[in-house]
Amino acid sequence: MGSSNYQPTNKAVKWFEDRLPILGLMHSTLGAGYLAPRNLNYWWNFGSLAGFMLVVQIITGVILVMHYTPHVDMAFRAVEHIMRDVNYGWLIRYTHSNGASMFFVVVYIHILRGMYFGSYKSPREVLWFLGLVIYLLMMATGFMGYVLPWGQMSFWGATVITNLFGAFDFYEGMGESILHLLWGGFAVDNPTLQRFFSLHYLLPFVIVGVVILHIWALHLPGSNNPLGIDAKGPGDKIPFHPYYTAKDLFGLSFFIVILAIFIFYMPNIMGHPDNYIEANPMVTPPHIVPEWYYLPFYTILKAVPDKLFGVIAMFASILIFFVLPWLDGSKIRSAKFRPTTAFFFWLFLLNTLYLGYLGTKLPDEIMIDMAGGIDALTMGRISSIFYFAYFIVIVPLVSRMESTKPVPISIAQSVLDANKKG
Amino acid sequence: MLNRLKNIGLMTLAVSALTIGGLTAANAAGASAYPLKKYDWPHAGPFGMFDKPSLQRGLQVYKEVCASCHSLDMVAFRELKALGYNADEIKAFAAEYEFPNGFDDEGEEKYRKGFPQDYFPAPYANEEEARDANNGAFPPDFSLLGKSREHLSLFTPWNSIYGEDYIVGILNTYHEDAPEGVELADGMSYNEAFPGNLIAMAPPLFDDIVEYADGTPATTEQMAKDVATFMYWAAEPKMEVRKKMGLKVIIFMSILTIMLYFVNRRVWRKIKKGDDLA
Repeated sequence: MGSSNYQPTNKAVKWFEDRLPILGLMHSTLGAGYLAPRNLNYWWNFGSLAGFMLVVQIITGVILVMHYTPHVDMAFRAVEHIMRDVNYGWLIRYTHSNGASMFFVVVYIHILRGMYFGSYKSPREVLWFLGLVIYLLMMATGFMGYVLPWGQMSFWGATVITNLFGAFDFYEGMGESILHLLWGGFAVDNPTLQRFFSLHYLLPFVIVGVVILHIWALHLPGSNNPLGIDAKGPGDKIPFHPYYTAKDLFGLSFFIVILAIFIFYMPNIMGHPDNYIEANPMVTPPHIVPEWYYLPFYTILKAVPDKLFGVIAMFASILIFFVLPWLDGSKIRSAKFRPTTAFFFWLFLLNTLYLGYLGTKLPDEIMIDMAGGIDALTMGRISSIFYFAYFIVIVPLVSRMESTKPVPISIAQSVLDANKKG
Repeated sequence: MLNRLKNIGLMTLAVSALTIGGLTAANAAGASAYPLKKYDWPHAGPFGMFDKPSLQRGLQVYKEVCASCHSLDMVAFRELKALGYNADEIKAFAAEYEFPNGFDDEGEEKYRKGFPQDYFPAPYANEEEARDANNGAFPPDFSLLGKSREHLSLFTPWNSIYGEDYIVGILNTYHEDAPEGVELADGMSYNEAFPGNLIAMAPPLFDDIVEYADGTPATTEQMAKDVATFMYWAAEPKMEVRKKMGLKVIIFMSILTIMLYFVNRRVWRKIKKGDDLA
């Protein structure tokens, strides 16, 4: 979103552009005016995919709201009304519910790509912050959206998650006051559903705002790249259009096929069957689990014996990403040239997936059948410790001590070298 | 590039596999430990469509047996079109039911016969009446049972429990006598598929409890399968149109993806080779 060299030839367009340079803005953001490194790989597709999913969620969400009623007596029936009576309502709703999951899949890959290739490092720290803010807003939005169908998991998930905030009981009655504010009463009830509905509609537009800042912050230093070196000379960069528009369109088309397989052939596989039972405050489900994208953090919460510190650990597990740019002291960005960092990155990823898997287990379920049986709680504690150790110990030490591989002089040079070899 | 694509695809799958697979495995763990018999449902799979005669028989079982205790709140008579009935048949079906229709001049409730746009009436006026009539238990509504008793697993599909299999399991695994050591409270029955095994519903089906209009022998298993098919349809009435549209979308998008792959390759040809740098 920097200055543009966009020069319209059509007189009418030029007249308009002189008065509102919005076409130049588009040109320098997504068009030929934006120069991107020539060596971006397919992991760089996931940013535009996330943007696409945000738009899909907003469009389907706005249509769903036309047919939905945010009231405890009517919400569950309203969703079934959408599924049964509204023309193509099932398509809109299944797209929205599976879209939420796919949005998180895409964003997780986008974040992990940033971690692997060092996209959070100077000068892109603020870009990284804004991405994390988007992710936090997505978590809040996704949680509140899951409450709206008012099924059993909606209700009990809302009860469990809101109760966490009661842990901030720093003076007499403080925790209770927070809960009353969240609920709009003395328990999860109609006022809770209505405020969640209101915020679930509002937050996506806040996300759009932060996305614009995210893209703005991206365009000052420009995109990082798999080599992690600065793109300097003209040979290092190519115009975003047509190269990356073509590549993003191909990626998007492929992604839509995957999304369609979920929507049309297994639309309920990401959800919990209990959410097809209307919320009933008198019947607690045997096992309350959040949506899959919160599970690693849910395990960290459960791993800490003290409620307040459990909640703090859970929030810290996400907030710690904000200091990653300083925990990592390496002069080299990309893990391509940092073999030890790369190894621990994959270990961290596996551990986080395992944390997610543990999130679905009851604390006393036996995970490893040895030494009298190691239960899920113990494994959750070990995994949680590794999770934090990765940030606090492994990254700071490894990034400062490891011996790195030689880094190419320039992107253009690496292309020429690769062509010579191949 | 295909190799790289493959890598990305595999990674993406692995990431989702471990997270989502874990979740669904846990769901399965919450269900009954009883190994349910798995049936080959004609409506299963990407091309499976409902067996209409079975749906019609299932409706008959629902109407003649289940409907005396279980409501079907979210299904309207007009939707029975999907079972293969024509407009006149649906009108006649609806007319067999009576619905309250305001009050007469003396304040007495008036009634009218049902129309296709009416919904299946509930057997009880409220939950209290239902519990009173059923020994304290509340017979669940049938509209979504087919989906709310499922436990689907994306990456270990063999662990999935399908709603239809569960319903058949419940209807077919009653024991006349509870095993030794299990005490049955008054009005309770022993059922292998039901979580906890103690179920408040007395065995609802016996051979030939209904006489099928199409002459199919009404064995308990046959009736259970028919009513399970009907209940799955009631829970997911748009399944057929969904699968048909999905096929078109996926074929269209796959062709578009292949075309965009070649467009992309063409656009990048010179840059890939580094011709502009030489």
